[in-house]
Amino acid sequence: MAHTLLVVDDSASMRQMVTFTLKDAGYEVIAAAHGKEALAKLDGTRVSMVITDLNMPEMDGIELIRQLRSRPGCRFIPIVMLTTESQEAKKQAGRQAGASGWIVKPFNPDQLVETVRKFVK
Amino acid sequence: MGMAETHREAFRDEALELLSELESALLELEYRPDEQELIGRTFRAMHTIKGSGGMFGFTEISDFTHEVETVFDLVRSGAVAVDKELIDLTLRSCDLIRAMLEGDGSADAETRRKLTALFRDIARPGEPASLPSEDSAPATEGGSAAGGDVERVYRIRFIPSRDILKTGTDPALLLDELRQLGSCTVIAHPERIPRLDELEPEDCHTFWDVLLTTNRGINAIRDVFIFVEDDGELHIDVLDTHVSLSEGSTGKKLGEILVERGDLSSEDIHKALSFQRRLGELLVEKGMASPAQVESALVEQRHVREVQQRRQSNEAAASIRVSSERLDKLVNLVGELVTVQARLSMTADHRCDPQLTLLAEEVERLTAELRDSTLTLRMMPIGGCFSRFTRLVRDLSGELGKNVELVTCGGETELDKTVLERLNDPLVHIIRNSIDHGIETPDVRLAGGKPAQGTVRLTAEHSGDSVTITIEDDGAGLDGDAIRAKAVDRGLLNPSAASCDKELFSLIFAPGFSTAKTVTGVSGRGVGMDVVKRAIDSLRGSIDISSRRGIGTVITIRLPLTLAIIETLLVKAAGESYVMPLSLVEECIELNRVDAVPSSGNRLVNVRGGIVPYVSLRDSFNLGGAAPDIEQIVITNLSGNRFGIVVDSVVGEHQTVIKTLGRVYRNVEGISGATILGDGDIALILDIPALMGGTGPQ
Repeated sequence: MAHTLLVVDDSASMRQMVTFTLKDAGYEVIAAAHGKEALAKLDGTRVSMVITDLNMPEMDGIELIRQLRSRPGCRFIPIVMLTTESQEAKKQAGRQAGASGWIVKPFNPDQLVETVRKFVK
Repeated sequence: MGMAETHREAFRDEALELLSELESALLELEYRPDEQELIGRTFRAMHTIKGSGGMFGFTEISDFTHEVETVFDLVRSGAVAVDKELIDLTLRSCDLIRAMLEGDGSADAETRRKLTALFRDIARPGEPASLPSEDSAPATEGGSAAGGDVERVYRIRFIPSRDILKTGTDPALLLDELRQLGSCTVIAHPERIPRLDELEPEDCHTFWDVLLTTNRGINAIRDVFIFVEDDGELHIDVLDTHVSLSEGSTGKKLGEILVERGDLSSEDIHKALSFQRRLGELLVEKGMASPAQVESALVEQRHVREVQQRRQSNEAAASIRVSSERLDKLVNLVGELVTVQARLSMTADHRCDPQLTLLAEEVERLTAELRDSTLTLRMMPIGGCFSRFTRLVRDLSGELGKNVELVTCGGETELDKTVLERLNDPLVHIIRNSIDHGIETPDVRLAGGKPAQGTVRLTAEHSGDSVTITIEDDGAGLDGDAIRAKAVDRGLLNPSAASCDKELFSLIFAPGFSTAKTVTGVSGRGVGMDVVKRAIDSLRGSIDISSRRGIGTVITIRLPLTLAIIETLLVKAAGESYVMPLSLVEECIELNRVDAVPSSGNRLVNVRGGIVPYVSLRDSFNLGGAAPDIEQIVITNLSGNRFGIVVDSVVGEHQTVIKTLGRVYRNVEGISGATILGDGDIALILDIPALMGGTGPQ
């Protein structure tokens, strides 16, 4: 049974690349453009891990992490943030909110899969 | 179009869209410079272009956008105010980014430098706006001290934050990751777990000591803990394990380890030592150390001791590397010895001297043993060859937009080194073909009711003195009609000829044959399967193909274990000696005139009810002379097909050291080599598949 991962990013090309890479690695992927869409799509579905961008319209990544951590089914799932070098403060805020790890952009597909494998066995 | 290029294309479209959205936001911002919503939109657009640009190789765009983003971050926090000048600058930046997107990223470097300087000036007023340097030196990795290669023992103490579980991290997974780095002993410290009524179930109360022997270096260990080391505690020490055991020590003493870890002071140890009992027991009894602390230290002592012992025994039983040339020479010499031994045995038989016979038998036994162990020296597991294909499959499937998994089985099967080396290229070719022509794209597969991921299965197994390698895919299978059309087109097949699938499939081994509709970079140039067949033939192997439309294709390769010495059956025809691989021989029977079925010129024999085709060596090789009254027929079995060879007499088993026939006789059909017999005579080695092909299914 393949693990299902939730990918949240407002950039369509990023979503496409991350989704393709993860599907290629054998995971099922649910993709959303921002936090609100993610929570709506998640409704009732169990995911093994969440990968989220931080800067997004409607609901940003930090708020998404906070909301996920308050949901019964998501309290202990790994959440990885997609950050950039310049976002140290955001990264810290994300960790405060309960993120498990982060990937710094730009990253290559191998790094992404490696990080996912760290959390999902 | 490769996958990477598809992603780049998607980014380009998205960035162009973002830029026009950005422009309209900027124009609005000019009239409502304080509106946070607009500022946020501008910042996000820049941020996305920067982040994704870096991802898809638009480094220059990413670098430049970073400057703009920095300024808008300041605008967002209120440190910089929006004015007409900033709007102008940003609009010019949009134009520049668009130009960079549409060009090759080499858009006007001068404009870029000027704008960069201006944005930097806004971000850091007063500072001299340094021009961006063209290339910054890449950060170098840590020195070799931090790197890998040398095997070391590390002591890792990992005390996770109490909240680790609430951030979605499972410490057990981290420990598993450590276990993958090398030999690992994990000791859990449960002493901080509170009583049940005080226990907070969502907190982590345990910490761990880990002894890890690895050659991956300290950075690999730190990488495991990369996301958790800031919140928790992580100590990594390198243990000195090079204290030799032979110096009478047994590694570090328990007390030393406890002191070194800071669990106890050396005074405590001295105090405890004065009681003159086992230190561990004493410490626990006196309440100076917890049982877990002592246990953990004892485990470390044991782990280090094991590492040292292993190292010592490794040094003692170290393997040595020998150049393959020397091995080949050894095999050659053993081959000569086998020949001489055969002569000795034959001579001894004639002399009827019991002592000589005894000696000859002894030499025979030893030679056989020597031969076997020499040949195993050249054997290597096929797994190494297999593992290279994983990468090939991964790269290829990515390139072709297919999703293919490679499953290998029987990697421990051993083959002669020479065979292995010459097998690599044919296998690469077959696998390429399977992925390129066989496995369909994921959407086609799903439409056909198959899983999106295709599978290529590579299996190796022993069967007698040969190894069978199968390459199996669950792709589209061979298109018999396309092959027929192409074969007719190429003049390889008579248009009116009716042929079964097996015959059609075997045509793909014909030179210059390819049914791929388009030539891809991967396969389809029509060189290939014929080369593969020739390569396998030269290894005295055989290749077979079977396929079912829509189900998949199976290619079976049979190879001899070794190319040097084989067990054969020695036979005679018209005074000449011949040998054939014993592994192919099923039985020898007398050719009874009654059993020979005279049917339309074909030679068939009735073997216990079954009809078996046969050839006569005398006829095949035009040996002439009259056949004896009672001929022998050797029934061979080649991948399930029985086939008889009629000879004058069967002599018996023979150890055959294979000699090639040389260039001149390279094209002789039906003979694959020669060998020297005990009496100095030469026997030719029969090429059974070729002889069989001569009769063929009519």
